[in-house]
Amino acid sequence: MMRKFIIGCLVMMIAIASFGCGNTPVKQEVSKQTPVNKDLILATTTSTQDSGLLDVLLPVFEKKTGYKVKTIAVGTGQALAMGEKGEADVLLVHAPDAEKKVVSSGAAINRLLVMHNDFVIVGPASDMAQIKGKTTMEAMTAIAQKGGIFVSRGDDSGTHKIEKNLWKLASIKPTSPWYQESGAGMGQTLKIADEKQGYTITDRATYLAQKKNLSLQILVEGDAKLLNIYHVMAVNPEKFSKVNHQGAKDFSDFLLSAEGQGLIAAFGKDKFGQSLFFADGGKTEKDFGF
Amino acid sequence: MDMILQGMIQAFQLLVSGDIEITEVAMLTLTVSGTATAISVLFGVPLGLWLALKEFYGKQACSSLVNFGMGLPPVVVGLIVSLFLWRYGPLGDFGLMYTPVAMIIAQAMIAAPIVTGLSFAAILSINPKLRWQLISLGATPWQASWLLIREARLGLMAAVIAGFGRVISEVGASMMVGGNIKGQTRVLTTATVMEVGKGNYDMALAISFILLIAAYSIVVLLTHLQHGGKRGR
Repeated sequence: MMRKFIIGCLVMMIAIASFGCGNTPVKQEVSKQTPVNKDLILATTTSTQDSGLLDVLLPVFEKKTGYKVKTIAVGTGQALAMGEKGEADVLLVHAPDAEKKVVSSGAAINRLLVMHNDFVIVGPASDMAQIKGKTTMEAMTAIAQKGGIFVSRGDDSGTHKIEKNLWKLASIKPTSPWYQESGAGMGQTLKIADEKQGYTITDRATYLAQKKNLSLQILVEGDAKLLNIYHVMAVNPEKFSKVNHQGAKDFSDFLLSAEGQGLIAAFGKDKFGQSLFFADGGKTEKDFGF
Repeated sequence: MDMILQGMIQAFQLLVSGDIEITEVAMLTLTVSGTATAISVLFGVPLGLWLALKEFYGKQACSSLVNFGMGLPPVVVGLIVSLFLWRYGPLGDFGLMYTPVAMIIAQAMIAAPIVTGLSFAAILSINPKLRWQLISLGATPWQASWLLIREARLGLMAAVIAGFGRVISEVGASMMVGGNIKGQTRVLTTATVMEVGKGNYDMALAISFILLIAAYSIVVLLTHLQHGGKRGR
């Protein structure tokens, strides 16, 4: 009995192994014109990974150019820090003020606008602070005064930076116990807010991608303060000799090419009936009134 | 409850259909954790043997250090390995960060103290006079050590199983030094964390079941070796 079981296990292991091996040659065919330095480290925000956008963009880019992209999906704060240390080649992030600091410090160059979507304030259907339909500032004040739970990312990500800025604009100093920091990615934070029946601020893409698991609803949207703008930039090769600058350039070019912008614009339409990101190649922040 | 059942069904479907992506991830998991365990055995068993047999000043401090290392937090190991492997770190020129090699290094560092500590205990549990008996019967010290290892194999195998179990279930260090890169460093544990982040709980569950199946298959194999060896005596 035991022996049969072990043999069964062995057969399964071998089956798994042979499947794995059978796949390798297919992969090699793809990258025919290999670049000099194939490895490209992309430091980006969790929202591009958690929404599924990278799963659409990267295979096309890799197939086309032969690069192997190493995506490190972390909060924007950490992604920028990786750039500042020369540990990444290219950054795709969404915290304009923090980005400008990195560019002016000389760590990153060629900062270009790629796309935008917007942030929304979500909360339980019961909406105890009654923020539905209010402006962002009114909503923030209402949450603080009526003591509804607000779950913050608390991880120095792009979303967290925006949120901190909004509290500052509303001149509120968020405090415990109604203000809680999750220290987690957007997906997890939404789930926490959902479980606690609290409010949180999220990018629309992650919210839509996660909606099936959530009872949270969009309560505040469409305010200019809630714009979420993504930029791509290359880590400065003059400052960090080890970065793969050609790769960074090729990646930026791809994102801003007609093909890349087309993929971004179409992403999400089949699944959610609306685009999760709006392609903005060639625009600058001035077009958004900054 | 329904979700767990769904996850099991999906895991089964993924396995049967031979889903390429998930089999790659499973293979990488086994390769990385298997290699890391092998390396830790290579270092850990001789070290455990040496600790058990040699009498020297500070032996107790040394063994308590090893015992402490058995509980080494993976994230701490991950952070330290990262600091060394980063491009501008001391070993940056090798370009190992975010590769399976980096994960093997980190996991081997996590498993080595466990294998060492349990080997140490396994050898100690044998009658200490046995070694002298073997040597007086004409065995060279190397032969005597080898025979001791054979004698302690039940305990040593337990050490290997414990080490493997620790690293295959570990996520913090793998995430930090591997980066969970699709097709390169994504293993079952980091894939689970990512799927939870994406809100795909059914997929996360399916991957978890595959991880359990993979880990269990290996442990069954090792247990078989452990006891099969004993029957052969």
